[in-house]
Amino acid sequence: MQYPTSIKIIRVPCTGKVDLLHILRAFEKGADGVYVVGCLEGDCHFNNGNFRARKRVEQAQKILNTIGIEGERAQMYNLSSSEGPRFAEFAAEMDERIRKLGPNPIKPAKQKAA
Amino acid sequence: MIVADRKPIEEIIGEINDKENILILGCNECVTVCEAGGKKEVGVLASALRMNFLKQGREVKIDEITLERQCDHEYLEEIRDVIDQYDAVVSLACGVGVQFMAEKYHTTPIYPGVNTCFMGVTEERGLWTERCQGCGQCILARTGGLCPVSRCAKRLFNGPCGGSTQGKCEVNKETNCVWQLIIEQLKALGRMDDYEEISPIKDWSTDRAGGPRKVVREDVQQ
Repeated sequence: MQYPTSIKIIRVPCTGKVDLLHILRAFEKGADGVYVVGCLEGDCHFNNGNFRARKRVEQAQKILNTIGIEGERAQMYNLSSSEGPRFAEFAAEMDERIRKLGPNPIKPAKQKAA
Repeated sequence: MIVADRKPIEEIIGEINDKENILILGCNECVTVCEAGGKKEVGVLASALRMNFLKQGREVKIDEITLERQCDHEYLEEIRDVIDQYDAVVSLACGVGVQFMAEKYHTTPIYPGVNTCFMGVTEERGLWTERCQGCGQCILARTGGLCPVSRCAKRLFNGPCGGSTQGKCEVNKETNCVWQLIIEQLKALGRMDDYEEISPIKDWSTDRAGGPRKVVREDVQQ
């Protein structure tokens, strides 16, 4: 299975662990996009962790849009743990989406400051 | 608790757009419980503001502090040594905390980061509803523990009115008629005799009609 090398994976015990702050801080640190891959809806081992994650991704999208950064840089995907090829598909889709959007717009200012 | 709701980020940005050193000041009490102004909301707002300014090509210093309370001197004193570093403070406390900050630190502009709504309860996560208007003359003993001042649109003391239909208020069909609830509660308590008693005219001088209020307790004063 191959997926784009641009993707950095951060493992969490459940997507319900992913907080709005984690997503925002990733962007603040210069990530061009952030996506969360959770279990299929209705199949969460902890009942509603993936629904929580989806809501948090939506909150992040809203905040990003408000400050003029494309909200679609944050995305939520769902798959079952046996769907490796699907995982790679999502990665490719996200990679393509972000390449179309270009780099995180706060990067130039961050580089200037550094 | 005092229930507040987050202000739109664009409104806050509009107030502080020309500032260079900003403190986002949270409060560990009510606004933390109603998820509007606690440590986490401070972090979210600060992150959004930092990105907003970076996107404009500006590196604005945005610090985060969350105090135990903003309605008591001793906790507000904790930032005395650092307050002069900032040319603006966005307080995520309720209106009480924002005002106490402004009273204490005259030379630093304080901006509210939340809209303060009412005194209420957490019915469930994400749903807060009003329970008390602080009228200063509690009558809950006579009404089965349900308040017609805060929960009856007409603040009736001898309700319900003719607009109560199938347990709902005529002002808003989603609102329960509190007088219907009071009657049901008094029935359950076997206290319908209380209901039959006509309530006297309420003394509203202890409510907001008498202007800003105060509680003086000489027995605990120092």
